[in-house]
Amino acid sequence: MLIQKSQTIAPSRRSFLKGAALSTSVFVLGSFVPLGRFAAAEGEAAAPAAVFDPNMFLRIGSDDSVVVLCKHLEMGQGVSTGLATLVAEELDADWSKVGFDFAPNNPKVYNNLFFGPYIGTGGSTSMANSWTQMRQVGAAARSMFVAAAAKQWNVPASEITVLNGVLAHASGKSARFGELVEVAMQEAVPTAVALKDPKDWKYIGQQLPRLDSKGKTTGTAVFAIDIRRPGMLTAVVARPPQFGGSVGSFDDGAARKVPGVVEVVEVPSGVAVLAKDSWAAMRGREALKISWKADKAETRSTDAIVAEYRDLAKTPGLPAAKKGDAAAGLAGSDSAEAEFLFPYLAHAPMEPMNCVIELTADGAEIWAGSQFQSIDDYAVSQVLGTTPDKIKIHTLLSGGSFGRRANASADWVVEAAQIAKAMKTKAPVHLLWTREDDIKGGFYRPMALHRVKADVKDGRVSGWQHTIVSKSIITGTPFEPMMVKEGVDATTVEGVADTPYAIENFSVEVHNVKTAVPVLWWRSVGHSHTAHVMETTMDELAHKAGADPLAFRLAHLKDGSREAGVLKLAAEKAGWGKEMPKGSGQGIAFHHSFGSYVGMVSEVSMVDGTLKVDKVIAAVDCGIAINPDVIRAQVEGAIGFALSAVLRNRVTLAEGVVEQSNFDDYEPTRIKEMPAVEVHIVKSAEAPTGIGEPGLPPLAPSIGNAVFSATGKRMRSLPFDLGALA
Amino acid sequence: MITLNINGKTHELDVEPEMPLLWVLRDRLELTGTKFGCGVAQCGACTVHIDGEAHRSCSTMVGDVQDREIVTIEGLPKDGPDSKVALAVQAAWQKLDVVQCGYCQSGQIMSAINLLTDNPTPTDDDINASMEGNICRCGTYVRIRHAIHEAAKDLA
Repeated sequence: MLIQKSQTIAPSRRSFLKGAALSTSVFVLGSFVPLGRFAAAEGEAAAPAAVFDPNMFLRIGSDDSVVVLCKHLEMGQGVSTGLATLVAEELDADWSKVGFDFAPNNPKVYNNLFFGPYIGTGGSTSMANSWTQMRQVGAAARSMFVAAAAKQWNVPASEITVLNGVLAHASGKSARFGELVEVAMQEAVPTAVALKDPKDWKYIGQQLPRLDSKGKTTGTAVFAIDIRRPGMLTAVVARPPQFGGSVGSFDDGAARKVPGVVEVVEVPSGVAVLAKDSWAAMRGREALKISWKADKAETRSTDAIVAEYRDLAKTPGLPAAKKGDAAAGLAGSDSAEAEFLFPYLAHAPMEPMNCVIELTADGAEIWAGSQFQSIDDYAVSQVLGTTPDKIKIHTLLSGGSFGRRANASADWVVEAAQIAKAMKTKAPVHLLWTREDDIKGGFYRPMALHRVKADVKDGRVSGWQHTIVSKSIITGTPFEPMMVKEGVDATTVEGVADTPYAIENFSVEVHNVKTAVPVLWWRSVGHSHTAHVMETTMDELAHKAGADPLAFRLAHLKDGSREAGVLKLAAEKAGWGKEMPKGSGQGIAFHHSFGSYVGMVSEVSMVDGTLKVDKVIAAVDCGIAINPDVIRAQVEGAIGFALSAVLRNRVTLAEGVVEQSNFDDYEPTRIKEMPAVEVHIVKSAEAPTGIGEPGLPPLAPSIGNAVFSATGKRMRSLPFDLGALA
Repeated sequence: MITLNINGKTHELDVEPEMPLLWVLRDRLELTGTKFGCGVAQCGACTVHIDGEAHRSCSTMVGDVQDREIVTIEGLPKDGPDSKVALAVQAAWQKLDVVQCGYCQSGQIMSAINLLTDNPTPTDDDINASMEGNICRCGTYVRIRHAIHEAAKDLA
């Protein structure tokens, strides 16, 4: 286990901690407001007695600039804009003066309140865990400015107004934040603050522009891959062709002769070539002669692994959910058992995996699109024989992640640390993975096989037997105690075991497969396959029952529920049931994940035997919509991201060697394939929940169900068997 | 010695003629706005303008582009008559908040400028054909299409 997982106990006592300022012109406010939803007991704050880190949550300059310290990784999901919105709302800041910076890796201040004492971004929890905390930061800062102005002007604080970064009093006195910074920071940090009534919100619920748009449209945004340090060497690593393999022996004579190559070192993951530039490093790697050991490697081909999955699926598995008596419910049923197969998938973020590491006297500095800072710093400290507080992480914008950068083994930062450690000099090292390294590098969405036998009687599901075979993502990671129960990994069965459909006779069993192929969460994790099985099966059952697929679903959901709400809204906006031209069809699906609800209707047409996804209409309920445009963007993006997994993406093995290598044979969605998208947001007063992932799960089944409507053919496995449609 | 004209400046570089332009830009000249995505001209993240045409710098050898005019995202004109298309494209991208992770967007913008320079009133089909070589893994395509139309309107 990498990190000792302590019991996460959310303290109830609110303790604001005031930090020291860097200079007199910078106002710094720190706070620690633990609000963990996993609160198990009342307790003392896990926060330290005092924090003197100058960079906490807010820096206000004498130039009126308001910089929010962002504790979550910005990987495109809009979190930097979202967190700043919450602070600016309660602070009554001028949005044109608001910016953000990434927080340092101090877990005592910047922890994810849902993760306990760890910094990390994932599970679509960023806005949900920060929702109250960031508003309190803004409100506390505002009250300190008001208190300072009240003293200066000798008026009651209650008579002071704040609007767009300007404090004012009826007497005519007024001052900008920048003018009051020095006095405001002398004020005591309040121990309790009142938050605005939602009717008074100016920014929450509005379409504020993204804070990262300008940098990302002018080439000035800085990603880890853009970091240049004096004397920096670029490292690329030759890794074993099969997962679980290792270096036997190697000859680096030719590699060292490549101009620009400086050093070749062996590390646990392979052989690293270090050079003065990326091209030289890649050419040096090509010149290596390595003999690999494969005695512990996965050497099977995909077909053999699938065969093992199929054999396992026929045997009793570990119980994951049970209601009523599924076997009795299916007695006498003529339903065939249906198989659904899902391949390994690479995340393939546009910015390939990379980071810069520079060893210091007692630790290291790292520049990375770090997503689990508290795992990355701990894992690197273990490599270097030091403690996490000696590892300084500069978090940078990341060119996508989709789960890849949040790895419990911190694989790529650890690899960089191992290379730096193996070097005799202290030159900064920029570890760079090429696209081939990325596609072939593992940490895939696990391959999964589902077998389902289900039937209907009198318009209702009469019985549902479900078996899932997959490799556990969580087993062997620090999250195991929390997320694996009785051998069942919650991420294997999420979306099935906790289905909101009222199914009386229901059973779910799981088989955990062992293989050296490393697996990881991939945008929406288990829901990336479970939603397709649930929603395809519900559609099949609706047809068997002779019912409308929408009505059939609603009959198995609670009236007035949020589930029913998004299904009805998507259906209404799409004109569900309207006449479609011959060769075209509509399909509906719904899924609940990460606290949010998404209903989708897809419209497809067959053109000369080729499937075209014309339009996707989504309805989303993710609680209060902090920034509706960012929500729409995340759903549009989830559709664009997932479409290529519906149409073609798969990672396959031939005698253990990955057969794909780059975007030519693992091709993401391209612009001509992108359907028109409509996103409708349910008005809600509920606390905000996730939106980075929930847009993905219903896409595949809504398209598959539309294909059935258009062609009469069921698309049970991903990617679709497009040949069957031609 | 290789002589390159990049963003209006002449650079004398001691590099091999086979070195891809992408790595000269990023590792020698620290023009990091041009991105590495695939290295095999599949994704367009490395798109630059060479004599006004969009090219994939990862698959362009520097020896082949001496004495040609190379423009990267950093070198797009910021004022004057030559800046109109670039500024309209960047303004449309910002107005519609096209970006998500943003990593591919330098390349998307370079391709979009090229499209609108050649064809001021592109249809959706024109956009699909012209932008097909630029992958966005975040799936911002709906907005890319919209932003190109928006920029075209602005330029009309």
